[in-house]
Amino acid sequence: MSTLITDSSRSNYLNAAYGIKSWLLTKDHKRIALLYLVAVSIFFSVGGLFAALIRLELLTPEGDMVQPDIYNRLFTMHGVIMIFFFLIPAIPAVLGNFILPLMVGAKDLAFPRINLASFYVYVVAGILGVWALINGGVDTGWTFYTPYSSMYSNTQVTLVAMAGFIAGFSSIMTAVNFIVTVHRMRAPGLTWFRMPLMVWALYATSIIIMLATPVLAITLVMLMLDHSLHIGIFDPAQGGDPVLFQHLFWFYSHPAVYIMILPAMGVISELVAAFSRKKVFGYTFVVYSSLSIAFLGFLVWGHHLFVSGQSVYAGAVFSILSMLVAIPSAVKVFNWTATLFQGSVSYQTPMLYALGFIGLFTIGGLTGVFLATMGLDTHVHDTYFVVAHFHYVMVGGTIMGYLGGLHYWWPKISGKLYPEFWAKISALLVFVGFNLTFFPQFIVGYLGMPRRYHAYPPEFQVFNVLSTAGASVLGLGYLLPIIYLTWSMRYGKKAPANPWGAVGLEWETASPPPTFNFDDDPVVEHEAYDYHHRPEEPRVA
Amino acid sequence: MPLDFPLFPEAASTMAGQVDAIYLFLVALSAFFSILIAGAVVYCAVRYRRRSDDEIGSNLHGSLLLEIVWSAIPLAIVLVLFFWGAKVFFAQSRPPADAIEYTAIGKQWMWKFQHPDGQREINTLHVPKGQPIVIKAISQDVIHSLYFPAFRVKKDVIPGRYTTVWFEATKTGSFHLFCAEFCGAEHSLMGGQVVVLEPEDYERWLAGGAATAQAPEEAGRQLFDQLACGTCHGEGDGGRGPSLHDIYGEEVRLVDGRTVTIDDQYLRESILTPAEKIVDGYSPLMPTYQGQISEENVFKLITYIKSLSPSPEDAAEANPAENAASAADEATEETL
Ligand code: HEC
Ligand code: HEM
Ligand SMILES: [Cu+2]
Ligand SMILES: [Cu+2]
Repeated sequence: MSTLITDSSRSNYLNAAYGIKSWLLTKDHKRIALLYLVAVSIFFSVGGLFAALIRLELLTPEGDMVQPDIYNRLFTMHGVIMIFFFLIPAIPAVLGNFILPLMVGAKDLAFPRINLASFYVYVVAGILGVWALINGGVDTGWTFYTPYSSMYSNTQVTLVAMAGFIAGFSSIMTAVNFIVTVHRMRAPGLTWFRMPLMVWALYATSIIIMLATPVLAITLVMLMLDHSLHIGIFDPAQGGDPVLFQHLFWFYSHPAVYIMILPAMGVISELVAAFSRKKVFGYTFVVYSSLSIAFLGFLVWGHHLFVSGQSVYAGAVFSILSMLVAIPSAVKVFNWTATLFQGSVSYQTPMLYALGFIGLFTIGGLTGVFLATMGLDTHVHDTYFVVAHFHYVMVGGTIMGYLGGLHYWWPKISGKLYPEFWAKISALLVFVGFNLTFFPQFIVGYLGMPRRYHAYPPEFQVFNVLSTAGASVLGLGYLLPIIYLTWSMRYGKKAPANPWGAVGLEWETASPPPTFNFDDDPVVEHEAYDYHHRPEEPRVA
Repeated sequence: MPLDFPLFPEAASTMAGQVDAIYLFLVALSAFFSILIAGAVVYCAVRYRRRSDDEIGSNLHGSLLLEIVWSAIPLAIVLVLFFWGAKVFFAQSRPPADAIEYTAIGKQWMWKFQHPDGQREINTLHVPKGQPIVIKAISQDVIHSLYFPAFRVKKDVIPGRYTTVWFEATKTGSFHLFCAEFCGAEHSLMGGQVVVLEPEDYERWLAGGAATAQAPEEAGRQLFDQLACGTCHGEGDGGRGPSLHDIYGEEVRLVDGRTVTIDDQYLRESILTPAEKIVDGYSPLMPTYQGQISEENVFKLITYIKSLSPSPEDAAEANPAENAASAADEATEETL
C-alpha cells in the first residue's frame, strides 16, 4: 500500500491558481465539480429545511402550524428543489464531473467550456427557482398535475416550470460531455469492458438524460403556455386533455428516477469493489443491467396512472414491464452481495454507506414491486406508501450513494482525510434516522393516509410522530458531514495518493490531482478492479 | 395519542380480502429477501473482514449459472404477481352487472353524491351492505380521487370525463372517505365518511329524506322539456334530430364514417359538444350546451335518456312485442 504523501508545494488543481476569478471562470472539471458541490449543498439544505417544516406540521393531526396554502407550497418546493436541483445533478455533476475524466485517464472532459456553461445554466435555473420561491412559491406538487397547475393555481407555476426547463439544459450539456468523453477520450488500453462500473453508470444515465429531458422541456413549455395564456392544451373545458399531461410528465419523470439512481448504483459498485479488494462479481451482468434499466425505464411510465382511468389493458402492459425492471435491479443487488464473498472486507465510512445502500435499496425496490402490482396499487396509490417507497430509493439509495462516494473520493478531491470517527457516527445516524423516518410511512400508507395532507385523522398520529422523531435524527446525520468535511479541508490530515489501497486510475495520481490529472499519460493493461495486478507504487512523480 | 395503534386498515368490502392477500404475500416475500440479503451481507462482512493491511480478495469474478438462477427466480415471482395483481385489478375495474349506480361530483373541496332515488348528500355517503354499488363520478374543476381505504378501492375523478369506482360493503359502520389526488388548498379536508347500513336501515334512512328527493329520471324529463330538447328529438325518426329512444348501448354511425357505442360518456359529449360527433344522416343543428348545463343536470338528462332505452330484460318482461319492434327499428336504422 502506498505511503506516499503528496508534497503540498507540488502544483495541484487547488493551488494552481488563486482568486475568485480563477474559480468562477475555471474550465477544470475538478473545480467545476467543486462549484457544483457548493451549489447542490445549498439546495440540499434549503430542501431539507422545507422537509423539517413539513415534518413539524405533521406532528399533530390538526393543521395547526401553518396555513394549508403554506403547507402545499412547502411540500411542492421541497420536491422541486430536491429532485431538480439536488438529486438529478448531485452524483453526475459533482462526483461524476470530478471522477469521470480521472477514471478514463483523460485530462478533462471533452468540452470544458460546455461544462462550465452547464454550471451557469444550472445557477440561472436555481436563481429563477429561488426568485419564484420568494415571490410566493408554487403549490401544485412537484408533479404539476393539470388542470390544477394550468388553470387553477395562482402561484408561480410559470416561473418554476421555466426553472425546470432551464435546469434540463444543464443536465443535457453534462450528458453530452460525458457521452463524448467516454467514447473519445479513454486512455490507451481502456476498452469498453475494462471501464469501471461508475463510468458505465454515468454513460447509461447520460443516454437517458439526452433522450428523456427534451420531452420534459416540451411538456413544461406546454404547461407554461397553458398557465400564462390559458390556451387550453390540458383544459377539458376547452377541449384539452388533462390526463395527457400525466403521460407526458411521467414519460420523462419515470426515466428521471433512473437518472437519479443509476449513478448511485455506479458509486456502490466502486465502493463494494474497493472495500472488498475484489473485482465486482458478474461485472458484465452489472453493465448490462444498467443498460437494460436505461432501456426499460422508458416503457413503464403508465404505472403512475393505474387509477387515472387509463384502459385496463394499457395498465396491464405497464404493470408487466415495470415488473421486468425489478430484475436488473435485483441482479445488481445479488452481484454486490456476492462481491463481498471471499473478499477482504473493511468497514470505513464509504463502505458503511454502501452496505446501508444495499439494504435500503432492496426494500425500496421490493416495494416498487408492490406498486407495480395493479390490484394493490389501487389501494396504496397516492398514499404514504408511495412516499415511503420513493424515499427508500431516492434518500436511502441515491443520497446514501452520494454520501458514500463523497467520502470515498474526498481525499482525492480535497487532498485531506476526513475524521473517520465522526464520519462513522454520522453514517450510523443517517441509517437509523432514515429508517425511523420512512419505515412507519409504509404502515400508515397501507392504513390509507393519503399523501400531501396537511391535516389527517388522529389514528395516524403515532406513525407521524415516529417519522418526525426519525427526521430529527436524520437531519443531525446530514449536518455532521457538512461540518467535518468543511473542517477537514483546512485541518484534515494530508491524504496519500491512494488512501484505500484501491485500484483504478484515479488512485494512480496525486491527491489532489494536478490540473491535467496525470503527470504521464496513463495506459491501462488490466481489467477494472483487478487486485491481482495492483501497481506497486502510484505513478506519481 | 392512542397507545394501541392499528397496523392494518379495517377490511369492509368484498375486495379488501383479495388486496390484503397480495399485500401479505408481498410482505412475506420482501421479509424473506431482505433478511436473506442482509444475512448474506453481514455474514460475508464478518467472515471475510480484512485481517491485514495488504490483504486482497480472491480472484472469484462471476458465475453464469448464478446469474441465470438469480434472474430466473425473481422473474418467475414477478410474473405470478403480475397475473395475480391483474386479476384483482380487473375485478376492481369492472362492476358486476347488478351494481346499482350512484353518482358523485367532485369539486374544490367537496363531494356531492346522489343516490339512485335522487337523495343527495355532501361528503357523506350512505350505502346498503351486501349490495354492489358503482359510483359514476366526474369533477367540476380539477382532478380529484375518490378513495375508500376500508374498501381498498380508489379512482381518479376527472373533469370532462366519467370514471367509475365500485364496491360491495361487507361490514356496517362508518369508514373514511378521502380525496387522494392533490387538488388545492383544502385537499386534506375534502373527505368525510361512508356509512354502511343494513339494507333495512338503508331503506329507512332513504325514506327519511324521501320528501325532498326526486327520482333523477323524472328530474331529467322535466329538464328535457324545460330546455326544449323535444323540439328536435321526437318519439320517432323524422324529426330534426334523431330519436333518443332505444339508443343506449347501441352503435351509431357518425358522418365521418366512425362508429361509436352510445354510453354515458358519448351522451355527455353529444349534449355538451354536439359538433364533435355528428350522427350520420343529420346536420350539425344542435346547439352546444357547454357551460350552460351543470354536471348535476347532465347526469339527470343522461339518466332520463337511458330510461328511454329499457335494458333488454326489463323490456322483455314489460312488453315482448315492443321489444321485437325495437329490434326491427334498429335494423332500419342501420340501413340509413
Ligand atoms: C335544434 C335542434 C336540437 C335541439 C334543440 C337539441 N338537439 Fe340533440 N341533436 C340534434 C341533432 C340534429 C342531432 C344529430 C346530429 C348530432 O349528432 O349533433 C342531435 C343529437 C343528439 C344526441 C345524440 C343522439 C345519437 O343518436 O347519437 C343526443 C344525446 C342529443 N342530441 C341530446 C339532446 C338534448 C339532451 C337536448 C336538450 C338539452 C338536445 N339534444 C337538443 C338536434 C337538436
Ligand atoms: C425496482 C424497480 C421499481 C419499480 C417496479 C417501481 C415502481 C413504482 C410504481 C409502480 C410507482 C407508482 C406508484 C403510485 O403512484 O401508485 C412508483 C412511484 C415512484 N417511484 Fe418507483 N419503482 C422502482 C424503483 C424506483 C427507483 C429506483 C426510484 C428513484 C430513484 C423510484 C422513484 C419513484 C418515485 C419518485 C415515485 C413517485 C412519484 C410521485 O408520485 O411523486 N422508483 N414506483
Ligand atoms: Cu415510475
Ligand atoms: Cu384532493
